[in-house]
Amino acid sequence: MANSNTVIWVQDLHKIYKMGENEVHALRGVSLGVQRGEILALMGPSGSGKSTLMNILGCLDQPTWGTYVLGGRDVSRMDDDELAMARNGLVGFVFQSFNLLPRTTALDNVMLPLVYAGTTGRERRRRAAEVLEAVGLADRLHHTPNELSGGQQQRVAIARALVNQPSIILADEPTGNLDSKSGREVMAILQRLNRETGITIVLVTHDPRISHYAQRVISLFDGKIIKAEAIAEPIDAANELTLPEGVAV
Amino acid sequence: MNLLEGVRLALRALTTNKLRSALTMLGIIIGVGAVITLMSVGEGVQSYITAQFEAIGTNLFFLVPGSFQEELRRPAFITTRDAEAIADPAQAPSVLHVAPVVQGSASVTTPGRDRGVTVTGVTPEYALARDWQTQLGQFVTATDNQSRARVAVLGASTASYFFPDRPDPTGEVIRVNGSPFRVIGVLSERGGSSFQNEDDVVMIPLNTALSRVFPRRTTTGEPSLTIVYVQAVSEERMDAAIEEVSLILRQRHRIGLDEPDDFTAISQSDIIGTFQQITGVLTVFLGAIAGISLLVGGIGIMNIMLVSVTERTREIGLRKAVGARKRDILWQFLTEAVMLSTFGGAAGILLGAAGASAISYFLRDDGFSAVFTVEAVALATLFSAAVGLFFGIYPAQRAAALNPIDALRYE
Repeated sequence: MANSNTVIWVQDLHKIYKMGENEVHALRGVSLGVQRGEILALMGPSGSGKSTLMNILGCLDQPTWGTYVLGGRDVSRMDDDELAMARNGLVGFVFQSFNLLPRTTALDNVMLPLVYAGTTGRERRRRAAEVLEAVGLADRLHHTPNELSGGQQQRVAIARALVNQPSIILADEPTGNLDSKSGREVMAILQRLNRETGITIVLVTHDPRISHYAQRVISLFDGKIIKAEAIAEPIDAANELTLPEGVAV
Repeated sequence: MNLLEGVRLALRALTTNKLRSALTMLGIIIGVGAVITLMSVGEGVQSYITAQFEAIGTNLFFLVPGSFQEELRRPAFITTRDAEAIADPAQAPSVLHVAPVVQGSASVTTPGRDRGVTVTGVTPEYALARDWQTQLGQFVTATDNQSRARVAVLGASTASYFFPDRPDPTGEVIRVNGSPFRVIGVLSERGGSSFQNEDDVVMIPLNTALSRVFPRRTTTGEPSLTIVYVQAVSEERMDAAIEEVSLILRQRHRIGLDEPDDFTAISQSDIIGTFQQITGVLTVFLGAIAGISLLVGGIGIMNIMLVSVTERTREIGLRKAVGARKRDILWQFLTEAVMLSTFGGAAGILLGAAGASAISYFLRDDGFSAVFTVEAVALATLFSAAVGLFFGIYPAQRAAALNPIDALRYE
């Protein structure tokens, strides 16, 4: 199944949480591969294990057993520091609730991963400004999150995920906290990034309409993959939008 | 993330909550301020006492009867004959002057005035050994002493008390325990910088004092002295002088080889040493009490850092999610704690310096001044930084150990 174009390769992944006396079997043997340059949507109702899978893919959590190879490296054998480095450089994570630092400018928020990557100050500033420009926020560098709309905040978060040039972006319900227009804008940006840079995108959603922006949809239920289907013609989010001025898509 | 960046980050976190940071630092400020003030005052007391005793003279020691350390079987005395023996240059070549003294309190009266005064029976050597000068008239002479003359030399403040209207009281008469004494001189002022006012004194010839005022006798009927001042020929020969004098007294008192001295020789350096020991203990003790307040300040820092870690759980989760390692988070919170404590420490040093200066200012007339030592500053700085480290490490570890997923989900 794995080949040189496989960026994510997961084999028989299990995750068991201990909640007091009870054991919760969140993942019950998930196997999947994600190809370079693909947009993959993970679907499923709450409790299906999609967020658990996403956390493992994002190196935020480790499987109870099973194998996860990310860009040729076995994540399940990584120690704490290696996981931190993987989160820093190999994957970019976009959260449903944006998770920006409050009272901190867009520029500083985007520079955060570079701080932990050890990039020099000047280089940080340059690269952060560059990715913010790429998500259409060149004029919002010095705005703090509470001065930005939800869509703008999520675009800052995307910029932050991009700034260390990872090969994959993992987006957990990236449009979940946004109105449909802002959601489409965000999806349009992700699609454009995928098209222009070939970056792989894995997104979690429970919204079937969002999943149609992807090229492949995998449905999870009770910790297992129950369906995998390719979308013949993914919707182009940019076409759906009458974009406001100044947003470069 | 380098050190400078860590400091900048910590500064930003601390300035976001200025009031809280200031209140947290207050504990350390008070603690360090107290340590600095008390240590400076302690040092000041020590150097004040040292200066007081150094004024006595470095080649002088006293002989007093009895022993501070040993239980004696017989009552101990030093007699005038002992003093004469010590003064013999053939027996004690290292001794320059010997000033036997008998001292006590006596009632002194003039018409209209009556008061208890320290009366000292002296020989002319006393003025030499203790460096007394007269501003009016003359000191007790050898002839006065031999003839047991009823003459008196007054201290400067005694003179102005008993003769307020007479700038020159020589020739006047005072009564000491009822006996009339003619005033022959007034001593120069020493100044009130000593423990007892040395200017409030009446000096009369030793033999006069022994026969009329303080008729103290040993068991064998010899006149008994209160104290003998011995001046060595030089500071270097102090030890030799003490040895010679001890030998003479042991022989004269027929003290067996295994028996302890029945007299005690005290030098100025002995006294200074003893007082320095006392004030040293006092300084450490005060410092320790102040240290407790520093400890309380440290607990305040720990408390606030724990609150801060809880409040910023999401921030910690996010930082970890974008690649912060455990030690990055650990350093971030540790830097904040140490900065709180060192800023508090710096402010505390200023406060302590101000406190020490204030105390010096209020006691300036007594010639006291607090000594602001580099050691105290270094100690306070180190200690406050250590307090920050010690009390910061637990909250920082809690922060570093947070699981990023739980931390991100934290509401």
